[in-house]
Amino acid sequence: MSPLLVLLRRELALAWGRGGGPLPALAFYAGITTLLPLAIGPEPDRLAVIAPGIAWLALALASLLSLERLFERDHEDGTLDLLALGGPPLEAVCAVKALAQWLATGLPLALAAPVAAVMLGAPPSLAPVIVLCALAGSLAFAFVGGMGAALALGSRRGGLLIAVIVLPLFAPPVIFGGGALSQAASGLGGTSGLLLLGAWAAVAVALSPLAMAAACRNALD
Amino acid sequence: MFAFLVNPDRFMAFSRRAAPAFGILAAALIAVGLWFTFTAPEDYQQGDTVRIMFIHVPAAYLAMFSYVCLGIASFLSLIFRHALADAAAKACAPLGAAFTALALVTGALWGKPMWGTWWVWDARLTSVLVLFLFWLGYIALRAAIDDETKAGRAAAILALVGLVNLPVIHFSVEWWNSLHQGATVFAAERENRLPPVYLIPMALMSLGYMAAFGSMWLVRIRAEVWRRRAQVLALQAAGS
Repeated sequence: MSPLLVLLRRELALAWGRGGGPLPALAFYAGITTLLPLAIGPEPDRLAVIAPGIAWLALALASLLSLERLFERDHEDGTLDLLALGGPPLEAVCAVKALAQWLATGLPLALAAPVAAVMLGAPPSLAPVIVLCALAGSLAFAFVGGMGAALALGSRRGGLLIAVIVLPLFAPPVIFGGGALSQAASGLGGTSGLLLLGAWAAVAVALSPLAMAAACRNALD
Repeated sequence: MFAFLVNPDRFMAFSRRAAPAFGILAAALIAVGLWFTFTAPEDYQQGDTVRIMFIHVPAAYLAMFSYVCLGIASFLSLIFRHALADAAAKACAPLGAAFTALALVTGALWGKPMWGTWWVWDARLTSVLVLFLFWLGYIALRAAIDDETKAGRAAAILALVGLVNLPVIHFSVEWWNSLHQGATVFAAERENRLPPVYLIPMALMSLGYMAAFGSMWLVRIRAEVWRRRAQVLALQAAGS
């Protein structure tokens, strides 16, 4: 079996074993969705307007949650040193770690997003666009977030720092996804927003591993 | 120029004279620019508030210019591992954040009389706000890592990531929503261009802001170099 495949299985096993897999992120997501009507009032008209946007933004926030442990624990116990010495380039290792992060938290969150949006009153016909947005968006969030996690290695207060670094970078995908959702809600299909979001996700997947690997090397030597 | 200044001793000798020289140049340019600002005719629509433009537009321009300076300094420090470039990047960040904040505040003061609101979620306002958040993230990352070399390199990587992302953020926000007026200084159609009575004070103020930025940047780099030298001396004294 190729080393990267082994690494992917290890990362997934660790995500399920130590952190309860997607459960904490899903619980956080459900918590935000529950608090929102309590904060702005239960009137269906008002909720329906903001439902897709809130479901989308809460997804971005929920994907920040488990980033801190993406590199930090491997850095502390020396695994990251071994990974850096091993056969596959560190860029590929970082890409696999971010991919595992997406499989363990982003993918389940993407499947939960339409449920949250419909509960808040979004029309069920929007569900396919919401799922597509959430799939591409959470992939981009995982890779860009991984970059923040790698940069914050060796710092104090890692979790808060990652959020501060990464949130400005989330602006384009949040805009594209939000645009796709509001286009779809007004009956325009939302294709252009989805295409832009997909392009952004593709660029993030291609370029983030370079920055992640550079940041890991910096933290290691 | 770069090849000459990479030597810290030569840089210190150069900046010792250049920093006050830039400062005097800035004071002169801004003084003349302010005189033109207050003598320029009122705008037929905006009245006296058009004068805010000469404070606001150069600040917004410097917000971006200082980020480009940060990007260049970060690139040099990351590729050549040059300590002076890292000091320059570190010294640049609070200045850039200050100019970005100035652009946001003067923009709000201009927005109230003209648009009737301090803040709108318009494309250009939002992308400058994201730029400001970016400066904060950069400063926070540098402050959070104890090891100075590592902090410098991590911050440099973030600065380059930001350099790639800022144009994308700019265009995505443009796609999202725009109320702000279009470009007027470099506008394609002649009738949309700024008339010379406004262009002259704007150019003077922009150059003055740039000189002020250059002067403050050099002073801050010098302070950073002195701080590092003092730290090395303190370590040596403690070791002996």
